[in-house]
Amino acid sequence: MTITVEYYLILSAFMFFVGVAGVLTRRNAIIVFMSIELMLNSANLTLVAFSSYLGNSIGQLFVFFVMTVAAAEAAVGLAIIIAIFRNKLTVNIDEINILKW
Amino acid sequence: MTLEVILFFVFGFVAAVTAVIMITRSNAVISALFLVLNFAALAGLYLTLNAQFIAVTQIIVYAGAIMVLFLFVLMLLRPENEKKFLELNPKIKIFALIVAFVVFAQLSYIIFFARPSQNISKDLTKSIEAGTIESIGRELFTNYVVPFEAAGFLLLAATIGALVLAKKKFD
Amino acid sequence: MRELIYLTVVLPLVGFLINGIFGSRIKNEKLIGAIGSGVIGISFLIALGAFFETLSIPVDQRQKIVTLFSWLTVGNLNVSFAYQVDQLSIIMAMIVTGVGFLIHVYSIGYMHGDKSFWRFFAYLNLFIFAMMNLILADNFVLLFLGWEGVGLCSYLLIGFWYDRKFEKSTTSDAAKKAFVVNRIGDFGFLLGMFLIYMTFGSLNFNEVFSRAVSFDVSTVTFGFIAIFLFIGATGKSAQIPLFVWLPDAMAGPTPVSALIHAATMVTAGVYMVARTSIIFASAPDILMVVAIIGALTAFFAATIGIVQNDIKKVLAYSTVSQLGYMFLAMGMGAFSAGIFHVMTHAFFKALLFLGAGSVIHAMHHEQDIQKYGGLKKHMPRTYLTFLIAALAISGIPPLSGFFSKDEILWYSYANGNLFFWILGVGTAMMTAFYMFRLYILTFEGTSRFGHDKHPHESPAVMTIPLIVLAVLAAVGGFIGIPEIFSGEHGNQFHNFLAPLFKDADRKLATYNMHSHFEEILLMVLSVAFAIGAIMFARYVYLKKPSIAVNTTQKFRGLYNLLWNKYFVDEAYDAAVVNPILQTSRSFLWKIADNKIIDGVVNGSAKIIDIISINIRKLQTGVAQFYALVMVLGIVAAFFWIILSL
Repeated sequence: MTITVEYYLILSAFMFFVGVAGVLTRRNAIIVFMSIELMLNSANLTLVAFSSYLGNSIGQLFVFFVMTVAAAEAAVGLAIIIAIFRNKLTVNIDEINILKW
Repeated sequence: MTLEVILFFVFGFVAAVTAVIMITRSNAVISALFLVLNFAALAGLYLTLNAQFIAVTQIIVYAGAIMVLFLFVLMLLRPENEKKFLELNPKIKIFALIVAFVVFAQLSYIIFFARPSQNISKDLTKSIEAGTIESIGRELFTNYVVPFEAAGFLLLAATIGALVLAKKKFD
Repeated sequence: MRELIYLTVVLPLVGFLINGIFGSRIKNEKLIGAIGSGVIGISFLIALGAFFETLSIPVDQRQKIVTLFSWLTVGNLNVSFAYQVDQLSIIMAMIVTGVGFLIHVYSIGYMHGDKSFWRFFAYLNLFIFAMMNLILADNFVLLFLGWEGVGLCSYLLIGFWYDRKFEKSTTSDAAKKAFVVNRIGDFGFLLGMFLIYMTFGSLNFNEVFSRAVSFDVSTVTFGFIAIFLFIGATGKSAQIPLFVWLPDAMAGPTPVSALIHAATMVTAGVYMVARTSIIFASAPDILMVVAIIGALTAFFAATIGIVQNDIKKVLAYSTVSQLGYMFLAMGMGAFSAGIFHVMTHAFFKALLFLGAGSVIHAMHHEQDIQKYGGLKKHMPRTYLTFLIAALAISGIPPLSGFFSKDEILWYSYANGNLFFWILGVGTAMMTAFYMFRLYILTFEGTSRFGHDKHPHESPAVMTIPLIVLAVLAAVGGFIGIPEIFSGEHGNQFHNFLAPLFKDADRKLATYNMHSHFEEILLMVLSVAFAIGAIMFARYVYLKKPSIAVNTTQKFRGLYNLLWNKYFVDEAYDAAVVNPILQTSRSFLWKIADNKIIDGVVNGSAKIIDIISINIRKLQTGVAQFYALVMVLGIVAAFFWIILSL
């Protein structure tokens, strides 16, 4: 048996599903944030898989950029979480419902 | 069963299981540690795909830098443990799970319908060639130099932004 | 000067704007008074110039129309701001501006120290503006503008002291009553206007009147137009059945009563009937109705006037009564006689009111004649001028009232109906009686007021208008000396106006010529009756006051009937006002307004409220919920992709 690209894609889809489920169900903002990282990585896996099977390095180049964005996002996002925690003394996003009037 | 197949299943299994464990733990520190493990498994998968540079970067940037940042914040804030999964708003959570699963099912359907492997066959030399630092670096500093600089600016902005957001206000 | 006639309309408006806008900032009463009176004075001079110019040109060129601008043009209806100068309008214009000017001057003294001095003059100027529009209009629409305008000013001025009590209610109630009753009349006038437009296809006076002669229109149509116009006239000129507002209008300041409710506005109805004489002449039955209403109003108002004790009330009923005379004249087809009486009445009734105002001013707003007496020595000028006015209204020759009143009585006899003559002479007798009752109780006899009151003569700014008006009231009649005295020249006033009424006269043409002997006999009779009534009043109230008391007690029922003004107000309350009030309260307010209208308004708000309360729940503010919705969107997008595979 050979490992075709579909195996990687299915694994990637599964990890994406787990990430979505985490984002939608967890209350802790940091875990929600980690779930988003998980979803980013599932996308990365797809990119690398296609890059490798097509023999084209541009897919991996994009993973490199995604990592850059993820690092920046993690820094800013965590800073926001700290700022909110200072004001509300919680990181539970169902308690942070200031998006309504 | 070649080594490649065995490695794929081992790393794939670890990646899938750690992901599930990651979102089901009530203690956020444990979740974070399982996420590190998940990233490591992904790095292994990248190796099986001949993407050496990305695999190393995955370990350094994700597992090494980003996750350490997460752990720092977690230990700094010490959020209380979450309640059990279905204790709060069970209906909406089950509904959310179903919706997420529908996404998974749709993606799988699309993958099986498209069957990309019919058109793509792996050329090992090309694949190895694509994953080297040399080819990635060449692309990065020739065709993609502007996005590369933009990414640098993004990191700079993120550094300043994080500083401004997280610092205490000086009175 | 006739080209400048529009200035007599514009100047009062300018005065109104200056006093109305800047009045509250002008602290100087003299300046406000000077502006207010000055514009009217200049208007009077222009009217006077226009009058002499009119006199100097041939009869057939005497009508002149000054068009300012086109107002409405809808289909073939064309209404302009156009003022016409002719014999009738120029006489009315002189009366209004002349008497108006004197009353303005008088008001400077009378209203001295009032907190809203400027407002008073602004309203008075606005009134003159509206009245000049009414008089000088060359079409029905402009006349109606003035007609409504004077009604508005009447309302504003009756309620001028809106914070004061008046009888059982407040002055603003009296003002509302005047306004509402006038509206009923105005409604009739409007219907008349519509019918005129329907029948003649125009609202321009010249066109309508020439078509009224040339068109073949049935008497019934003319009758309807005339009755509607006459309903308008009864409202404005306080005739039965709409006279009830005028006595209440006395709630306003006395100069207002003199200007609006005696000299000018209330004669607008008479003027309008004279102006549309051709229409009334084409409907002889309605003309008879006018005569009957006029005669009855004159008679009944006079009977009420006999027993009233409020000095202004007596004069108010006297005004109603004299207006009845004018309508009697109109009904008899004696249009110029009616206008003649309008003029003389403006002089002596304005004088009476201003004299009464002077007395009220001196007596610190006491209006009950039972608490006067012996004021003769305290205020000699007021006394003398009041006496002249009382003699004039009583019809004592050679004062003005004699000529005008006698002309009306003569026409009512000459038209062959003794009934009108008897009512007229009876009214004249009663007029003489109550006028001298008023005069004697006020100026003669002993003082009946307390020692806290120190009556004094009014200042010159008030007495000079009185003297001018007294001169006019005394000699004003000479321009209308009847034919039998003036010989070949005939009645000057009558001749001057005659061209205007020639069409109407030709249509009626029913005068039975009587001998001069009859005319002189009737004249002597009516003068004798008047003198007799005066002597009787003198006897009753000066020599033997007990007679009055005894008579009152003997005829208590009749006295009560008169004292309560035939219970007309009460009857109107019971028949009209209360049912409307009850319906408004129980149905219109509680059901129509509260339930239906409020229900619709509140109901629509409630529906929106219910919808939005439910929709609002979507906006939980929890980010995860928004993420879930987003994922649902992704699901939908994927489905679309799958379906298109």
